[in-house]
Amino acid sequence: MKNQRKNEFYEHTTIFNYTWDQVAQGFWKRYPNPNSKHVLSEDTVCRNVRSGRLFSTRLLSKTNPIPKWAERFITSKHVHIIEESIVDPVNKVLITYTRNLGYTKVMSVTEKVVYRQSDEQPGKTVAVRSAWIDSQIRGFSRAICAFGYERFKKNCNKMVGGFNYVLANMFPLQSTVTTTHATITATSKLKDAAINASALAKSKAVPIYASLHPNQS
Amino acid sequence: MNSIGEACNDLKRDYDACFNTWFSEYFLKGHTNDSMCAPLFKVYQECVKRAMKDQQIDFHEVEKNLLGTEQERKPPQKPS
Repeated sequence: MKNQRKNEFYEHTTIFNYTWDQVAQGFWKRYPNPNSKHVLSEDTVCRNVRSGRLFSTRLLSKTNPIPKWAERFITSKHVHIIEESIVDPVNKVLITYTRNLGYTKVMSVTEKVVYRQSDEQPGKTVAVRSAWIDSQIRGFSRAICAFGYERFKKNCNKMVGGFNYVLANMFPLQSTVTTTHATITATSKLKDAAINASALAKSKAVPIYASLHPNQS
Repeated sequence: MNSIGEACNDLKRDYDACFNTWFSEYFLKGHTNDSMCAPLFKVYQECVKRAMKDQQIDFHEVEKNLLGTEQERKPPQKPS
């Protein structure tokens, strides 16, 4: 059975050595970076908060280097990318969903990335990346898909490298003193808790004592 | 990072700065009211829409929501 529609699926997991909050903040600032010279523009087109989650749609334009043989299908030097995202700050999940606009019959690349805080490694973030590449060009779909797949795999490493570069600039102490940082945060939280507790104790000492007293006796 | 419309670059920069502050200092800390940057977003968005129109980019296609809908792609079924 020969099918004109050829497609490839790709899945990859990356661990970022940053907290989920840091990765989420860095996500919006990941361009430009030394690996993103092909990204020409970035715009927020839609954005709103629904049920405590942030929904955004961004439009990116990128240069589109293609092999000589594919030029008969794609004449444009630029490609537009739509990036939808949902940030859930309570469950600490960031989902991004990216697709190309136009030329989708020639080659459509859809990428979904789910960023969650790591359960096994506290303070780190796990990104699971899925990608679908397909083409509906008669006789060329196999070659186009293979090309798209290889280019995508190569770009994945560049994307992660670029994102890490941005994160390292935003949070310079993170990678070297992860533990110290966590301790400082914990200490200041404890301090706050202690201050709050003492203030609470002062203001409510009498009623609290009164309400606890029967149980203690 | 530049906007798709050269005329929108300053508006974009102002909005992005506001958004990044709001995201870090408010949204991630549980404050979901997003009115803080709304005026900046409005003027920036009007500019981007004009630029998209000039470059013949279909706004409806761009704002079409797929994530979280039936149309979102699913991983292929793993053989069981």
